[in-house]
Amino acid sequence: MDLFIQLTLTGLTNGAILALAALGFVLIYKSSDVINFAQGEFLLIGAYVLFSMMVQFHLPWTIGLVITMIVAVAIGVLVERLVLRPLIGEPIISVIMATIGLSSLLRAIVSTIWGNQPRAFPPFIPSKPVHILGATVGADRLWAIGIAILMLVLFNLFFTRSKEGIAMRAVADDQQAAMSMGISVKRIFAWAWSIAAVTAAIGGALVANIVGVGPELAGFGLRVFPVVILGGLDSIPGAIIGGLIIGLLEAYVGGYIGMGLNQVISFIVLIVILMVRPYGLFGQEIIERV
Amino acid sequence: MVSGIFHTSYKSDMALRRTPAQKIRLGLFILFILVFPFFASRYTLTLANQVAIATIGAIGLNILTGYTGQISLGQGGFMAVGAYTAGLLTVRLGMPWWASIIIASLVTAGVGALFGIPSLRLKGLYLAIATLAAQEIILWVVTHWKALTGGVEALVVPDPTLFGIRINSEFNFYWLAWALVGITALATVNLFRTHYGRAFIAIRDQDIAAEVMGINLFRYKLLSFALSSFFVGLSGALIAHYRSIVTWERFTIDVSVLYLAMIIIGGLGSVSGSLFGATFMTLLPALLNNLGRSLRGVFPQITSIMPFIQQATFGLVIILFLILEPEGIKKLWEDVKDYFRLWPFSY
Repeated sequence: MDLFIQLTLTGLTNGAILALAALGFVLIYKSSDVINFAQGEFLLIGAYVLFSMMVQFHLPWTIGLVITMIVAVAIGVLVERLVLRPLIGEPIISVIMATIGLSSLLRAIVSTIWGNQPRAFPPFIPSKPVHILGATVGADRLWAIGIAILMLVLFNLFFTRSKEGIAMRAVADDQQAAMSMGISVKRIFAWAWSIAAVTAAIGGALVANIVGVGPELAGFGLRVFPVVILGGLDSIPGAIIGGLIIGLLEAYVGGYIGMGLNQVISFIVLIVILMVRPYGLFGQEIIERV
Repeated sequence: MVSGIFHTSYKSDMALRRTPAQKIRLGLFILFILVFPFFASRYTLTLANQVAIATIGAIGLNILTGYTGQISLGQGGFMAVGAYTAGLLTVRLGMPWWASIIIASLVTAGVGALFGIPSLRLKGLYLAIATLAAQEIILWVVTHWKALTGGVEALVVPDPTLFGIRINSEFNFYWLAWALVGITALATVNLFRTHYGRAFIAIRDQDIAAEVMGINLFRYKLLSFALSSFFVGLSGALIAHYRSIVTWERFTIDVSVLYLAMIIIGGLGSVSGSLFGATFMTLLPALLNNLGRSLRGVFPQITSIMPFIQQATFGLVIILFLILEPEGIKKLWEDVKDYFRLWPFSY
């Protein structure tokens, strides 16, 4: 039973962080129809910027976090303006390749500035062990789950209650109708990319807090795909639930079955989902008309 | 200036090279390929061999993505299948290299068809993600099936022998590689003169209309995956015999991305585009290396950040080409040819 609770908590932590990264991904897809292969690199940038703020500039983590978010917003806006704006209307393979190229570029920039050796990250969340239901888990993991859940609740409120959030959902639904209502679609795109960058940055900071900083953080980006396909590419609750499910699945498979299968189980699930229900649990079915 | 091309027989209309200018250009190119190795240094020969192997892989990927419109991120995995199969057949079963290369290509074709089954239900982005998953699964199997592949250890493959000559130098391998490039290119160009090729193109352009016209989508998509994977497997098998050491690190998702970049930058849906793209993406890191070496006096730390510069340039080149010339180098070449063909009215 101990192992089960241990695995559940580990799975929920990873799942919550995956959900954060997936949330940004779904946001971008919902509002601008772009698949962002560079989401993992946004995580990376968030982690490294916070690292340099805390280690190289000796700032307290609160200020460092605020600066990280500002940098993330700036990068989101820059990417949207310089890379995605010219590619509106191009076939999907061009957009996919552009974000893949972007991910290469961002990873190279991060490695140039900070080198590519893994670094120890000064934890700003205490990691003393906490006992829950007979299992021991570091407090930092619990904090990570808590922060991720808080962010997801905030985003839900943002999208249902605030004007900008509702405008974003309108643009995601029908760009032309939103434009005719007076919503500036360009501004919404910038918003979407900024929020996606910010959520990824916070997710990256949380991950770095637990495992340290290194270029392999970008591997998170690949694992986002099973999450968003499971949940549905254009569904925000789907991203959250999909993230938690994939996190738990990897933890259980790793703990109970082992054999390194946990690395590949999410991709096997991905193929199964794609064959059985390509639009995921909560996604909208696209009907193609000729 | 040419004012039109007038054919008087079906044979000349359907020929691969229809005008004297085209024939002369092809002749010059073949001459260059034949004469090049006698004047080239060992380093340039190495580059030429790498370009040859990349071209075969790029042509294979172009059949699938450029001509049939099925986006595939599984290139690295399929090359791994080809390389490991060829290597294992040569090493464990002692087969002659030409047999293991052919069988490896056929095996890869089978694997490709297997992973093409999702294409029945998926298109565009979803298919790309499914092939991404296939890539990761194949690589996981390669690294974890220790009994078969040796896991993460390298597999050592002996040099091939052709007509008694050991192919263990760049010069000798050059002829084998470029002969195979010629065969691949000829096969592909002729494929798209048959009804199979036309079916592939129809599937890319408007697959629902193609199905309405009687093209069995599933069968032709699987055929496209199989044919494409045959050439990709051939390219992987060549790598096994060229490098003599097969490791899984050569076949990661970065390789898939590299080949997609090759065909997009070179030109989707064309054999010459594959050649342009393969040449460009293979020569680019070499060029940057040389540039870095010559600048070492001025910027001493440039050698340590050179891999990052290469990676950044890779990403930047992809983005720039997509924004500025989405149809690739082939379009640039066509523009140059048109300029001279229509001169002085080339506006």
